[in-house]
Amino acid sequence: MIHTETFTLAELMITAAARAFADDGEVMANGIGTLPRIAAGLAKLRLNDRLLLTDGEAFSVEEPIPLGCAPEERPGHAGWFPYGRVFECLWSGRRHAMVTPVQIDRFAQANISCLGDFRKPKVQMLGVRGFPGNSICHRNSMLVTSHDRRTFVPGEVDVVCSAGFNDRLWPDGARRPEIRIGLVVTPLCVMDFGGPDHAPQVRSLHPGVTFDEVAAGTGFELLRAPDLHETAMPTAEDLAVIRRLDPEDQRAGAVKGNPQGIREKAA
Amino acid sequence: MNKQKSLREAVRSLHDGMVIGVGGWGARRKPMALVREILRSDLKDLTLVAYGGPEVGMLCAAGKVRKVIYGFVSLDRIPLEPYFRKAREAGAIEVMELDEGMFLLGLRAAAEGVPFAPTRLGMGTDVLTYNPDLRLIASPYDAQDVLVAMPALKPDISLIHVSRADRRGNVQTDGRDPYFDNLIARASGRVIVSAEEVHDRLDLSHSDMAHKSLFDRSVVETVVAAPLGAHPTTAHDAYGWDMAHLKTYCDGARQEGGWDAYMSDYVGADEPAYLERVGGADAIRNLSIPNL
Repeated sequence: MIHTETFTLAELMITAAARAFADDGEVMANGIGTLPRIAAGLAKLRLNDRLLLTDGEAFSVEEPIPLGCAPEERPGHAGWFPYGRVFECLWSGRRHAMVTPVQIDRFAQANISCLGDFRKPKVQMLGVRGFPGNSICHRNSMLVTSHDRRTFVPGEVDVVCSAGFNDRLWPDGARRPEIRIGLVVTPLCVMDFGGPDHAPQVRSLHPGVTFDEVAAGTGFELLRAPDLHETAMPTAEDLAVIRRLDPEDQRAGAVKGNPQGIREKAA
Repeated sequence: MNKQKSLREAVRSLHDGMVIGVGGWGARRKPMALVREILRSDLKDLTLVAYGGPEVGMLCAAGKVRKVIYGFVSLDRIPLEPYFRKAREAGAIEVMELDEGMFLLGLRAAAEGVPFAPTRLGMGTDVLTYNPDLRLIASPYDAQDVLVAMPALKPDISLIHVSRADRRGNVQTDGRDPYFDNLIARASGRVIVSAEEVHDRLDLSHSDMAHKSLFDRSVVETVVAAPLGAHPTTAHDAYGWDMAHLKTYCDGARQEGGWDAYMSDYVGADEPAYLERVGGADAIRNLSIPNL
């Protein structure tokens, strides 16, 4: 396919992230943060009309709400979705959240609680929020806006907020809920935990990025997925939807420097 | 029957060392007038039970908090609460950090009068590591199902902001989301309500809105008139959060003496003075409802 339009890295990441929701069926898609939210809307409009979306407040909607949408232009509400129902929905498993952890490790464990020793943190962040419940109840994807060893940490994350594929924190002999990880979208690549024994692997590299570069920015071993390919670029239709969902270009502030989607290969 | 008291009298009924539940969620519908009155008081050694927002940070900054039980502490648009952060990073407070859903189940257990709620929430995470008092139990039906026994979270008393109340303790809450005010009210069984408006009899004046009642008056001990009493958090559908003020509050956390300045510049002697200092009642009423 010939791409006559230019696009940014953020737009490439949104398009890649939207695919996480493509085969979900009828679940609530929660993209938390600028890029995940646009991605969930793009998925709804281009890939999976059965997705349930919310207004981020207390209602479900059939049309994604554009970022910065004026009150008088907001689409109608399809249903009531206060936080109490969000819990009911997530406990039932019919939800797919895309979140932005501060740290991720090789077990797919993620951290938003604090950095350093929990008892006296170096940096207090949000607390575990809903990550523990999300991680054992429904599918979760992740999108991060920097790809380095501070994000993809060696060893384990400082505070395990999301349960992952790690024996250490499970009692012997206990039945374990299935941990379902969708995609992990970064500024360099798309990963998942679909390797042997849930090993992390690179599924696609963004245009101009090498596997070695991804490996260098990752604190744990990464496999190459058997069908490792280049991340698909957004089509003109994808870009039109992205612009409609983010008319003020808030996505331009999501990735440092707002680089182009097709990177020049290093000389 | 008249449960109405002044703000000062209501806060005088609290004691050092109490476990205090707080309604609302993050920067939404927090009983801030009551919180400010606590800031003006000598109360100390409090344990807070909350989906935390600025009330947690302010009470920590004032040195009134021994322990916080929470799923998160955040100002929504401003993700990190600066004074809570400072207190944590100084190791100044005890914490029980829980999954948001575990927190809900703990409240529900207290409301039901059972000692714990069995749940999978928290399994496989450091929530168990850093709350060593949490016990696991095997299901009596299938021992391979190992569950967390989430203990009941039972505040001694709760502070909840509502839209309207009457002197008998009936309440109505406008807005799109009840959050978990009903559970917090039931878990504690004892509530101080701050209300935008206090009426004689809601059944006479606002009968058509009775379905907005989130809990009945049997748990309401005290009613306090607190117009604009959720500021700087939002009180749906009356006024939005005051992000400009919250930014000023957050900026202070980065300055030497910032909290003392916040206390003297804003919290002041009483609520009328506070409202004047943050821009006046009209300005607060014009704060737009947040639009995400």
